[in-house]
Amino acid sequence: MGYEFKFAPVFANFDQLLEGALVTVQLSFSAMVLGTIVAVVCAIGKTAGPKPIRFIIDCYIELIRNTPFLVQIFFIFFALPSLGIRLSPNVAALIALTVNVGAYATEIVRAGIESINRGQIEAGTALGLRRSQIFAYIIIKPALRTIYPALTSQFIYLMLTSSVVSVISATDLAAAGNNIQSQTFAAFEVYLVITAMYLVLALAFSGLFSMIQRWAFNYPLAR
Amino acid sequence: MIRPFGPNEFWFIVFAVQWTLLLSAVAFAGGAIGGLLIALGRVSDNKVVRYLCLGFIRLFQGTPLLMQLFLVFFGLSIFGFGIDPWIAAAFALTLHASAFLGEIWRGCIEAVPRGQTEASWALGLSYFDRMKSVVLPQASRVAVAPTVGFLVQLIKGTSLASIIGFVELTRAGQIINNATFEPFKVFGLVALTYFIICWPLSIYARRMENRFAATARR
Repeated sequence: MGYEFKFAPVFANFDQLLEGALVTVQLSFSAMVLGTIVAVVCAIGKTAGPKPIRFIIDCYIELIRNTPFLVQIFFIFFALPSLGIRLSPNVAALIALTVNVGAYATEIVRAGIESINRGQIEAGTALGLRRSQIFAYIIIKPALRTIYPALTSQFIYLMLTSSVVSVISATDLAAAGNNIQSQTFAAFEVYLVITAMYLVLALAFSGLFSMIQRWAFNYPLAR
Repeated sequence: MIRPFGPNEFWFIVFAVQWTLLLSAVAFAGGAIGGLLIALGRVSDNKVVRYLCLGFIRLFQGTPLLMQLFLVFFGLSIFGFGIDPWIAAAFALTLHASAFLGEIWRGCIEAVPRGQTEASWALGLSYFDRMKSVVLPQASRVAVAPTVGFLVQLIKGTSLASIIGFVELTRAGQIINNATFEPFKVFGLVALTYFIICWPLSIYARRMENRFAATARR
């Protein structure tokens, strides 16, 4: 094995990698927020909506969960323009990530809503709360508490999946790596550093999520 | 020159599914062997082995599959093997599947009541007999649903092998799309093909999970 590792050209372009990492964080964070909104809306539709709406939401979930993210992003980036919807790579990436995580998160949020004791909801009705109030005060917060671990690990998985958006020339961390790789030919070294950066991002997100958990759900459970 | 999207193009894509299936099968078989070793390592009595296996799992669950593919693809050539997308993809996906199946199966092994292990000790069974005849058969009942669930994830994951140049379903779609400029039909067909493979597996996994939940409640 006469290979000499060349890390110098990688670290010479480290500012590009940091820029890429920033885009990855922005993309994933936006997709987490938008995806959660999609998930809550779809989960409400699935638990309380009329039958046709439930059917459409089911189709959406099954379609997304049983096809690869790579094909979804190709579809959004290459096929939608033929319908007259032209998107920049980063916007297409955000839409694809949101649509993708929305489908997975819907099932998680729905499980959370269904975990709420019916007696709680009946108590809300007995107190004369409106349905929207019951949802806001009785269902959503305990539901979020229950599903928080599942939801956040889905989010970390989303951040890792976002590396795939580099194939449509979005400007994320993986794409920054592709650029540096094509200039320096130090492919292995570039991707080793980037993989380490993704690992750091995953650990950072997971640390942040457990901080939020301690802050937001810091109240005792009823017995 | 732009070709129309005809039967030849259609069959080119549909036949490429064999490479997707083959890659999935190889990665799943390799991942099953690796995953069993990792799972046994995670419940081992040896602290060093436990932490090494934990590190392996964390490493593969904390980094993108795409980067794992790239590292194996470019890494193999550094260690003197030629660059071959097929070998690189199969090897990377095997490692990936080992980590995920290892973590899934660890949970299943730990779900077997501790008393079963103690009873095996009392009967004087060796480690091998205890695992083979007592613990693993019981763990495998719990394992079916999450394992099939992961298989779906793995099949979808093989699409990333197209990025390092392995011609499977997704790459075949890209090739045809570049020739026909019919992205709607091409990627629609590609997505539909994945769906036809993955959806029955997902339904099966859900059914097994419900069945197991129903017996557990009894």
